[in-house]
Formats: sequence, structure tokens, C-alpha cells
Amino acid sequence: MRANTLIQAYERMALIRAYENTVVSLAGQHRLPGTCTSIGQEASAVGVVSALSSDDLILTNHRSAGHLLARGADPARMLAEVMGKSGGYCGGKSGSLHISSKELGVVLTSTIVGGELSLVTGVALARTMLGQAGVVACFFGDGAACQGRFHESLNLAAVWKLPILYVCENNQWQAFVHRQETMLADGVVGHAAGHGIGGSRVDGMDVEAVREAAEHAISRIRETGAPHLLEVMTYRLRGHFEPDDQAYVDPAELARWRARDPLVLLRRRLIESGMADEADLDRIDVEVGVRLDRAVGVADASPYPERRELTSDVYA
Amino acid sequence: MEMTVNDAISAALAEEMRREPTVLIFGEGVATKRPDLLGEFGATRVRNTPLAEGIIAGTAVGAAAMGLRPVVDLLFVPFLCYAMDEIVNSAGKLRYMSGGQFSFPMVVLAMTGTGWGVGAQHNHNLEAWFVHAPGLKVVMPSTAADFKGLLKSAIRDDNPVLFFTDLALGYTAGSVPDGDEAIPLGSAAIRREGGDVTLVSYAKTVHTCVAAAEALAERGVEAEVIDLRTLKPLDEGAILRSVAKTGRLVVVHEASGMCGVGAEIAALVAGKAFHHLRAPIVRLTGPDAPAPSSFALEQAFVPQADDIVTAVEGILEDRAAPVG
Repeated sequence: MRANTLIQAYERMALIRAYENTVVSLAGQHRLPGTCTSIGQEASAVGVVSALSSDDLILTNHRSAGHLLARGADPARMLAEVMGKSGGYCGGKSGSLHISSKELGVVLTSTIVGGELSLVTGVALARTMLGQAGVVACFFGDGAACQGRFHESLNLAAVWKLPILYVCENNQWQAFVHRQETMLADGVVGHAAGHGIGGSRVDGMDVEAVREAAEHAISRIRETGAPHLLEVMTYRLRGHFEPDDQAYVDPAELARWRARDPLVLLRRRLIESGMADEADLDRIDVEVGVRLDRAVGVADASPYPERRELTSDVYA
Repeated sequence: MEMTVNDAISAALAEEMRREPTVLIFGEGVATKRPDLLGEFGATRVRNTPLAEGIIAGTAVGAAAMGLRPVVDLLFVPFLCYAMDEIVNSAGKLRYMSGGQFSFPMVVLAMTGTGWGVGAQHNHNLEAWFVHAPGLKVVMPSTAADFKGLLKSAIRDDNPVLFFTDLALGYTAGSVPDGDEAIPLGSAAIRREGGDVTLVSYAKTVHTCVAAAEALAERGVEAEVIDLRTLKPLDEGAILRSVAKTGRLVVVHEASGMCGVGAEIAALVAGKAFHHLRAPIVRLTGPDAPAPSSFALEQAFVPQADDIVTAVEGILEDRAAPVG
């Protein structure tokens, strides 16, 4: 990747990290409800989303902040949503777990594990039938891959030839259970062959590798119209749902993955390659911090929804 | 013209697919069993699917959000248990949860009810579950004309609609008006007028109520029969107006009683028409038991006209009792 692209990736990943740290900190102060963070998965979000074009769509899940921010979401509107404010992307009716934004092309988020897998086939079908170009990316975790819907979705997408990029963010954890307890295979990419579709796996801590793998998968989908399963090997560096002391996590495993923190790896690469120096990256970190502080202020100032919103938008 | 309920459903599907190019239909065996639709509209809009109710329903939800108007056939209502997440959590909630960004114009077709003898995993009247879930509409017609007119409205509606066919009605025939007539959702029909007692029902047991009303008429009792047609939205006005006139209410349905539609109607009348009531409200429902497959037990499961006559006679005896 070229220097400016890679620096942009760093900036976006730093924004995601700062956003998630802000949410964790605000949750700790009881200024908003607990949430599922995507800390550790920033390279996956930025690598895949930056490989999409603006007319491609995204479906995501409860661990979605990275995908939204990578797509250009406004952190102030996200924070307002998490705080239950009317200025949030969904008017405060979603909270942190199901933010969607039609204007950003991030549609139909589900927090039911695997829910997005059941919806993505219809989104892709509609685009195909309405003659709209574009790929639909669907983010889910290794936990969702243990649901039956995973197979139902891949099977139907394969049979109907739907242009879907299935992105399994294998973060090694399924809520409070390590995936080694729930699957014998070392991951999910093997299921692609079983459904007769393309599959690939990539190091999810390396944003360049993720971007390259996603670009390759997306160009295959655009050429063939058929779905593809991309497994991104990453790690959930924090607990399932904040606050979470991670007492159930093997400290040695956590330390191994922390040493491969995607922001640390990218920082090192940028400096070692001469694309940026410490000061450049520190400046980005500061700018991102300022942006988040401002976003908290905007979200705080947003009013709560009017009482009449309780029963609005139930029916069309 | 005269046609069966099944033909009325087919006619509604064909007319709406002709009228609106974004309407499509898919499900297990849909293309196989509907060659006329397949021939006219092609394999893109008339699709067979794998036997996987969850992904069928989920695909409809996703497609509806993005501009299509899917109709899915999930065959039998108990099979919807495999699709509850998609119907209840996604179709019913994601409009609200997204702050109104998306709408879900989709129809779920399924059959249910006694009459086929195939047992409780094909026959389970679960309509109350969906009435209870926000964001969904529920339709259970009783006549061929209503099947056609209400299905047309269901397809045109911008909300997810559960459209259930009482399978014993599939081959019953009725007069269906020619033309493009859609019957609005949320409007009950009075099948028979009367001033002594109100019988409220929907689907197959509407006909049982009409039979009971005819038997009662021979004894000088005039029963009014209300066919709800749509369970959600519920036509409260039609129920309350009738009870204001008759002062007596019997609710009849095949689904079991506890937390059923009849309980809601009883609560509605007790709350809003209490001073009109001259006798206790009666509910006649199926038992708290899975639907049996044995014909003899199946018949025992369903409220029969004789049961309704007996129930009405029971509350008419109270006619002599002083009020208040």
C-alpha cells in the first residue's frame, strides 16, 4: 500500500481505538450503558471496508463500531446513539449494539448472533434484481459461524449466486467461551469449500494483508457474481461486554496477541519503512483524541428523544 | 365469480405481481407448485428455495428493506418456529430500532388448523404469538373473497404481514368479485346480524359460528357473527358496537385459550363495554394440548357448532337475572 493510504489507514484505526476507549471510559463512569468493543479488530474493519467502493453495502453485528467508523461514520452521532440521544444515527432507539445508517450503506445490523447472515442474502438479492451494481459485505464472528444460519446463508448465496463478501472476524472468542471449546477445526474458512464457494484466510492484525485479501476477494465477486468467504484471524483484546475483567482469559494468550496489536504493528511498519516518523503518528493520535473529545461534547449536548418517540416508527 | 380459497390466493398473487414489478415469491416448492406464476413472471420472481425457513424469511426481510416486496411461503405455521428470529427480531423490530430508516413490506404465507390429520407439527394455531410481537400484522380470512382482497392489501402494505390460511378452507369455494378490489386490513365483517348475542371469530370457526347462529335462530335466538379477518390491527369498533347492541359475547377460535386472541377480546370488552354486558363473557377455544392427528380427537379439539349453541343457551339463562 502507498504511504498516504497506509497513513490514512492508521488514522482510521486510531480513531476506532480512541472511540472504543472513550466508550469504555464513559461506561466505567456510568454515563452510558455497557457495550461490546472491537478493540483488537481495527485492522480487519479498516482493511475490508477500505477495499469496498461507495456503492457497496455493509451488514454488521453487535461489535460494529469499527465497521461504521471505517465507513466514515461521525463518532459524535455514534456516541449520541450509545447514550440514547435523539441525535444518534437511529434516534437513540438502537443503542450501541445495532447501529445502522442507510446514508453510509451500513444496513440492517443485528445483535442476534448470526442475524446479519440471515438478512444479507435478501439485501444482495434485491440489489441484483433491481439491477444495482455492488458487493454486499457481511461481518460476523466465529460464534455466528457456529449457528445454523451461517450454513443456510452460504448455501443459498452459492445456489442463487449472490454477490456477497462474507467476512468472518475470527476473534477467538464467542462471548465467554474460547472457540477452541466449540469447534474442532482451527477456523471457519474450510466451510467455503463445502458450499462450493471461494474462501481465503488472512492475518487480521496486518491491515495491508487484510486490505489485499479483501481486494482480491471483492474482485473475484465482481467478476463471477458469486459469494466468497474471507476469514480474518484477529483477537478480541478486551472482554465480551464492558465492563469485563477478562479473568477467564489465559494471560499468556492475551500477551501474545497484545504483542501483535494491529496499531502497534502498523506504527512500527510506517516508521521502519520511513513512511512516517514518531512525531507524525503522535500528531495523528492527538488529533483523533481532540476529535473524540469534541464528539463527546456534541453527544452530551444532544437532547433525549421526546416521549412520543416511544411508539413512533413501529409501523410504516 | 366462484372460486376456491386456493385459487383466490393464486389470483391475488398473479394480479399483484402484474401490478407491481418488485413483488416476488419464493419458498420451498413455490416454483414447482405454481407453474402459472413461473410461466408468466419467470424464474427470477418465482423461486424455489432450500428447505430452510430461517434463511427464507431472513432473505425476505433483507430484500424488503432494500426495495422489493417479497412474499414467502413457509408452508405450515409450526415451521415458522425456525424463522422466529427473522420474523420477530428482524422484520418486526428493525424499523423501530433503526429509527425508521427501513421498512419491511413483506408477506409470510403459511397454512394451519385442523382438517388434515397430520398432527401438531403441521397444525398449530400460533397467530397470537405474532399478534403479541410489535411491528407485525396478522391476517386470517375465512372466505375466498377475503383471501383474495386481503392478500392484495397485505402485499401492498409497507409492514410485514403474516397471512395464515386455515387449511380446511383451502378447497372451499365462494363468490369472489371480479376486478382489482383490495380489502383494507383492520376491518372486520359482520357475517350475520342479530341482537341477542355476539359471536366473534376468525378463519374456519367463523363458519362454525354461522352454523350455530342458524341453529339458534330456529330457537328464536338471533346471534350476530363477527368475522375479525385481521387480528392485528384489530377492529375494536366492530366488536364494541355489536356488544353494545347484544350485551352478550362469545369468542370462538381453534387456537388454545390462555393468552389467545379471545383473551384480548374479552379484556377489550370488559374494559370498554362492561356496562353493556348482561352475562359473563364466554371463550370457546381449542384445549391446552398439541393438535392430535386422529380424526376423532381432532374433531374433539375444535369448537363445534353444538358447543357454541350450548354456550349461548348458558348465558341466555342469565337474561332473567336482575342487572346491577
